Formats: sequence, C-alpha cells, structure tokens
Amino acid sequence: MEFFRNPNIDFLGKKWYFLAFSLVFSVAGIFSMLFWHGIPLGVDFRGGTLVYVKFSHPPNDTTIRAALEKVGLRQARIQSVPANNEVLIDLDVRETSEKALDQGKIQIINALETNAPAGKLDLNNTSSLTLANYLLEKDPLHAGTDANQRYAAQARAIVDYRDKTKGGVLSSFAELNRVADPAVVAVLQDGFYLSDFGVYQVEIVGPQVGKQLQSQAKWAVVYSLAGMLVYLGFRFEWIYGVAAVITVFHDTLITVGAFSLINKEISLTVIAAILTLIGYSNNDTIVIFDRIRENLKLMRRETLSEIVNRSINQTLSRTILTAGLTFLTVLALYLFGGEVLHGFSFALVIGILIGTYSSIAIAAPILVAYQDWRSGRGKQQPVTVSASKGKPGTGKGRGLASGQ
Amino acid sequence: MNKNLGWKLGLIVATLLLFLFGIFGIPKDFSGHGLLASLEDRIHLGLDLRGGTHLILQVQVNDAVNGDSDRAVERLKEDLRTHKINYTEIIKPDPVNHPEQIVLKGVPPEASSDLRSIVSERLPEYALNSGAENTWTFSMKPQALAELKNRAVTQAIETIRNRIDQLGVTEPVIQEHGLGQYQILVQLPGVDDPARVKEIMQSTAMLEIKQVLGGPYGSEQEALQQHNGVLPPDSMLLKFHGIGSRAGEDSVEQYYLVTRSSAVAGADLRAGGASVGRDSNSNAPDVNFVLTNEGGRKFAAFTGSHVGEKLAVVLDNRVREVATINEQIHDQGRISGGGMNEQTAKDLALVLNSGALPAGIKYLEERTVGPSLGSDSIRAGVRAAVIGMLAVLIFMLVYYHGAGINADIALILNLVILLGFLGFSGATLTLPGIAGVILTVGMGVDSNVLIFERIREELRNGKTPTSAVEQGFSHAWITIVDTHVTTIVSAFILFIFGTGPVRGFAVTLTFGLLANLFTAVFVSRMIFDWILSRKQRGEALSI
Repeated sequence: MEFFRNPNIDFLGKKWYFLAFSLVFSVAGIFSMLFWHGIPLGVDFRGGTLVYVKFSHPPNDTTIRAALEKVGLRQARIQSVPANNEVLIDLDVRETSEKALDQGKIQIINALETNAPAGKLDLNNTSSLTLANYLLEKDPLHAGTDANQRYAAQARAIVDYRDKTKGGVLSSFAELNRVADPAVVAVLQDGFYLSDFGVYQVEIVGPQVGKQLQSQAKWAVVYSLAGMLVYLGFRFEWIYGVAAVITVFHDTLITVGAFSLINKEISLTVIAAILTLIGYSNNDTIVIFDRIRENLKLMRRETLSEIVNRSINQTLSRTILTAGLTFLTVLALYLFGGEVLHGFSFALVIGILIGTYSSIAIAAPILVAYQDWRSGRGKQQPVTVSASKGKPGTGKGRGLASGQ
Repeated sequence: MNKNLGWKLGLIVATLLLFLFGIFGIPKDFSGHGLLASLEDRIHLGLDLRGGTHLILQVQVNDAVNGDSDRAVERLKEDLRTHKINYTEIIKPDPVNHPEQIVLKGVPPEASSDLRSIVSERLPEYALNSGAENTWTFSMKPQALAELKNRAVTQAIETIRNRIDQLGVTEPVIQEHGLGQYQILVQLPGVDDPARVKEIMQSTAMLEIKQVLGGPYGSEQEALQQHNGVLPPDSMLLKFHGIGSRAGEDSVEQYYLVTRSSAVAGADLRAGGASVGRDSNSNAPDVNFVLTNEGGRKFAAFTGSHVGEKLAVVLDNRVREVATINEQIHDQGRISGGGMNEQTAKDLALVLNSGALPAGIKYLEERTVGPSLGSDSIRAGVRAAVIGMLAVLIFMLVYYHGAGINADIALILNLVILLGFLGFSGATLTLPGIAGVILTVGMGVDSNVLIFERIREELRNGKTPTSAVEQGFSHAWITIVDTHVTTIVSAFILFIFGTGPVRGFAVTLTFGLLANLFTAVFVSRMIFDWILSRKQRGEALSI
C-alpha cells in the first residue's frame, strides 16, 4: 500500500497562499488576544479557586448560582457537564482572601449544603480519617486493643465504596451494609447525613504561585526555543535555526490564538502540550532540512528552490504518515482521555496540524526567501526584482531566483 | 552473519526480560490478577491518578530570625548588666523587613571596647557597626542569616513530617520545593480532607502561659478605650479562639490583655508530655501536659505569687483558655473547654508532642484530587492509550505488510522498555505521563516510518533489498538523532521548569524517546537482517 508515489508538487509556488493562510489565523488569534478574550489563563496562572463537584442528580445552574450568591460569591463562574452530573465552580483570586487560601472552597461547600441537619457531618464530604476517629469515639463494635485498625479499615471500606464504586456520591445509608458492619452503619446515622454532592477535585492557587508559574512557563518556552536555535545552528547553518524558530513561533502563536478564540483556558498541562508541539513541529522541520542538506550535496546544478521543492516532495509521504499516525493517537487522547486532559489534547490536535503544515509552508520558504534576499542584495540580480513584481497567487516561477 | 544475529537476538531478549522484570518484578502468580497486583506495586502513580492532596507552603523564615534576634537582645541585656555597661535602650528598628537588626543606644564611648569583646565572644554571628551619638547597630552576618533561614525550613520539614507520620498517612512526600524560596512541598496520597491536616501542620504549637491583665473585651477598640488609648508597657492584646472552633467560626469576638513575657513557653514543655484525658466533672475530653523541671520551677514561682489572679493558655498567639489560679501549681497543666471534642483534643496533643515549628507557615497552593476522579482518569488514560496504540499497530500492518510486523514488534518493545524504566527508576506515572506514553507511540513510530520510506525510495531507485536496507538505515539515522535530540531538549526543559504532573510527562517522553533509539534502529535493523539472511537472492522485500 502506498499513498504517494514520487509526488511532484510545487510547494514553493504556493507560498503566497500559505502566507495568506498563516496571516489570517495569526491575525485572528492576535486580534482575539488583544481585543476579545485576551489570553484565557487557567487557575494555575491567574490564581484562584476551582472546585469540581459531582451531584447525585443532574445539576441545576440557577439553584447553584442562587446558593453561591447567598454566601456572597457573586462573580463565580459555573460550568456544568450535565451528562456526568458534574459542575465546575471557578472563583477568581480577587474573590478569595489571600490570607485564608481555602476560604473560597469552604464557602462553596457551605453554600451547597443547603439542607444540612444541625450538628451532623456530611458523609459525602468526609475523609476516612475523620470517619475513623468518629467510629473510635462511638465504638459501635466494642472493639478491644485492635480498635484503631478495625475502625480505620471500616472507614477505609466505606470511603472506598463511596469513591470507587459510587463515583463519589452515596445516596443512602442502607447501601453501606454491603461493605461495612451493620452496627457501624447504624451509628453513622447519628452523626452523619448524606448531601446530594461530593467534591471531586479542588485546585487552589495563591497569587504568588500563579505569578511564579507564569514566569516559569514563559522561560520554559523561551529556553526551549533558544535550545533549538543553538542546536540547529550547530548542526546546520544559523539560518536554518532561525527558520525553525520562526516556524515554531508561528505554531505557538496560532495554537495560543486558537485557545483565545474559543476562550479555552490555558493551564499548566497546556503549556506542556505547547512545548511538546514545539518539539514535534521541529522534528518535522528537521526531517525536511536534513533532506535539503543531503540534496545540496547531490544536486549541484539546480537552484535552491528546486532543491527545497524536491526535498519536501521526497519526504512528503513520511511527513503525512507520521502526522497522520501521531494525529491518530492524539485524537484518541482527545476523544477518550477524559475531561482533565482535554486542554492538553486539544493543544496537540491543533499543534500537530499546524506543525506539519508549517514545516512545509513556513520553514522551507524562509530558507529560499533568505537566499533570494541575500543574492538580491549582493549581486543586484534583476531576476529577484522581476520575481517579486509578479501577481501574488499566480505561483509560477515564484521564488525560483537564487544566487546560482 | 548468523553468529552476528545470534548475539543481537540475545541482547534483545535480555533487554526484554530485564524490562519486563522492571514492570512486574517477580509476580507471585501469573494470573491476570497477580500480574496486575505486581504492576501496581512497581509503578508509582502520581497524586492525580491515586487521589490525594498536594500543598505548597511557605515558611515565614523571618519569624525564625525574629526569634533569634529576640534571644540575642535578652542575652545582650544580661551581659551589659553583668559588665555594668550603661545604655539607654535596645530596640529592633524594623522587625518586619529587617528582623536581623538590633540597635543599641546611649552606650558611653569608654565602654566601646568592652562592648566589642562581649559581641565577639557572646554573639559571634552578629556584626557590630558604630553609628552617630553612641548608637550601635548589630546585624546578623549574611552567612549566619542564610543558615538560620535554611535551618528553619529544615526544622519545619522535620516537624511537619513528625506530625504527618502520627496521622498515619501512607507514603507522604514532604520536601523542600525547589521553585520558590523557603517553600515546602507536601503530598499526601489518599488524604481527601486537607482542612484538618492543614490545621495540624500549620499550628506552630507555640504554647505559652501568660498572666491576664484585663479582659475580656468585645473589640480591640474597646480594650484601647479602657486604657485611654495606650496599652500598658510590656503587654499585648490577644484574640480568644476556642480550640474546637475552626477559623472564622467564633461566635463572639473576645480579646484579652496579657503580659508580653510568658510564665511558661514552648521550650518548657516536656517532650512527649502531652496526653488526652477527660475532665473529671463534665467528662469532656481535655489535654494534660507536663513541664520540664526548669519549667515546673518557673511555673510554681509564678502561680505561687499570683493566686487569685487569672492566667491565659496561649497557643499560636491566640488565647485558648482563661483560668483563675486557685493554688500554686507545679509541673502539670491542663487545657480544657473551648468546645473540644475527641478529635481536636487528640490533634492538639499531637502538635504539642511533635514540637514547635520554628516559624509560621503560609499556604500558597492546594490541590485535592478525589480518588474517584483518579480512577476515572486512569480508566480514560488507559483506554485512550490502548485505542491509539491499536490504531497505529493496525495501520502499520496494512501499510507496510511484512515490515509492518517489524515496526509493531519495535513499538511494543518500546512500550515495554518505557514502562520498565518507570518501574526501575521509581519515577511516578501521572495523567500527563500517560499522555506522554501515548505521544511516544505516535512519535516513536515516526522513526520506523522514516526508515521504511527511505528503504522504499532506495528500492524504487533500483537498489537490491540488502543495500536498500543498508542505505535506508544509514540515511535515516542522522535525521533520527537530530529529531530525538531536539525533542529531548524540550522535554528536559519541561522537567526543569515543570512541577508534579508536568514533570511526569517530561520523564515518560524522554524515556520513551531514548528507548525508541534502541527499538526503532537496533531492533528493527536486526529483524531486517534476519529476514534478508533467509531470503534467496533477488527475492523481493515485503515493505
């Protein structure tokens, strides 16, 4: 089986289309970053409180909002995933006090515990430690010396059943009889009640850590670009390094722009995805550069743009195959990898498409453009001048000028 | 040729066995269940997969510096007295920003040489500078200051570990957090109720007993009004905060005016001397403590001379209990009331026994992953990995026929080595780490595609299978090295800058790519050589 057999596409001839395409997406992204959504930062970077709550029934946004407003949380963002009975409640750092970091979380939980009987704890939001201590105090099994272990085991079993079998929310005490001693279950009802929700995940980031992470992420991206520039400068020529870095920058810009356009938050794992995409896009670029370097030695007669075109075509089937296969795995991650990895896999889905496109459409033309510019300046060749006067988009003979 | 293949095959089988051992160890039984159990034993799951709490806290190191300079002030006062040197006052000019500075005013010029010798002998960690009008400034030497701050962090880690250990949390991580100054990273697997753990960790456990000078007052203003706007010298106003009540839950605000100096301080508490008991009248839980001999003497002297007056039990600068002194008390004390229940009493005894924190703690970050989310994430991650992997394996078979088997073997071996690496190194597998595994599959197959496409190209150009394979590998090798190095560079940077889950991703990606160099180049090559050695001359290669 083979998709491509000796393809011969004039990629460089289409560089104006490519330029237009890239410009449209970059400018749209930049526009959105500047004037529309900005760069939507996740809680990791902006600081704040994020609470994922799982309900035993489909959640009702209005009731939740009303409950939150009652305790004074007016600016809370509420995002629900009705299919999983999940709700995500998001507070900005301004709303929670800096001194008591977890105040926002406590307020949210208190707000949701609408019909809590006085003096009773919520079994759906109780840790096994607290539970074990409670049992130890009540001592329903009249345990002797091994009371500590026995009650710890009972508490563990109850909490495990709640979290692993019931997905975090118990709906009746009776179902606990399956995993715990009936005497234990009976005494539980004296001190506990069951609310209709369980806290699934909490992320609280103070403003200091947020700033720290922001600067780290920036430096990580900058260092990673610098590392590439140096390595490619050392392995090839410096212009290859520059071309690769411009390409990768282009990819990053468009990916971040896409996050801004659809107002999806950039979290720490998204930064990891962006760094991966930098590595991936660079991979692609290097494969083509390697071929150009090899062909430069073999094809002494041809112009640079012919060589570049030939090299892209020769590696095209590999480029498409690898991109396709990697895309396949990332798509699996996007579709089946769960909510937590959504941002991460989304960045990679976009990144792989853009990264593959850019090594053909951006990196290679930069090499030719640089060559044109240098020869045009050095020798004042009329070819270059006439070439740049051509109608954009006609494509023929575009960029064929070179120093040779 | 066959002999050459022999040792290569041996090496590959040895690698396979080695890394299979890395994944499973030596399983007790070879059923699916036994294998899974040993797999869970070998591969450490990150907090995001097993559930638990991740905290970053900041040690307020200036507290420790203030403590040290306070002691220095006391020592200095004592020495000046014994050497009969006069002075007008000793102050700390800026305890908030420069806790390491002490200013001594009004020392007569003729005493300066005595002063210098006292300082060099008794306070060697301070540098002495003379200023105008007989004023002297002491500031801690930078090296001593840095040491003191670092020691505060180490001590805080030690104390927190003591407390966590007593709570019975399994496999906690308590270590310095390299990214910020004086920060501590605490990871508590399985703890889904951070509020209580935090309260226990945060308590500096500075237990003091002070004399009550006045109160209770309803507010700070009221207390000030009672004293005509100025508090009496050497006194301070402290808020009342019952032990059983959580932060911000006190129904009535109450303030007490107490002495600045303490009758009994944390160091006077006998190690391990705190225990939970029960009040003989109300049968409510309370905490008993025993003082050291020295502390007992001080306390007896204090209570003996203040019978009928009130004392305050102060913990972490909050009044926990106020009691009237009925008679002289020696070395035993009791904290009760304040709405304590069994658990809060136990926690209080725990923090008192684990020793005081050298400095206060501030929380900077808190992440809690419920165990239900963790197991959901594992399921989703594994499902995505299996689907992605299968898709790639099937595609390679369809597209490259015989050589596809070759690529699939290399890919599976790649995965075995990667997981084995994780088992051996004890690196943790996080959710982004699973994503790294999936991505490794995608990018790992790239090496095979590069090589195969090149071989096809060479075959098209009329080369024999043997030389096409030869050429394909040697050309692709250069490219593979270049691509792997750049990706590993970005993974490395990610490792340096990232934390927790992101680091897990960098680790799996790097291991995966390193393993890929071996599988996609060495193993694949061997399989090709083996196939070629069995073929007749001129027979075509299935690729």
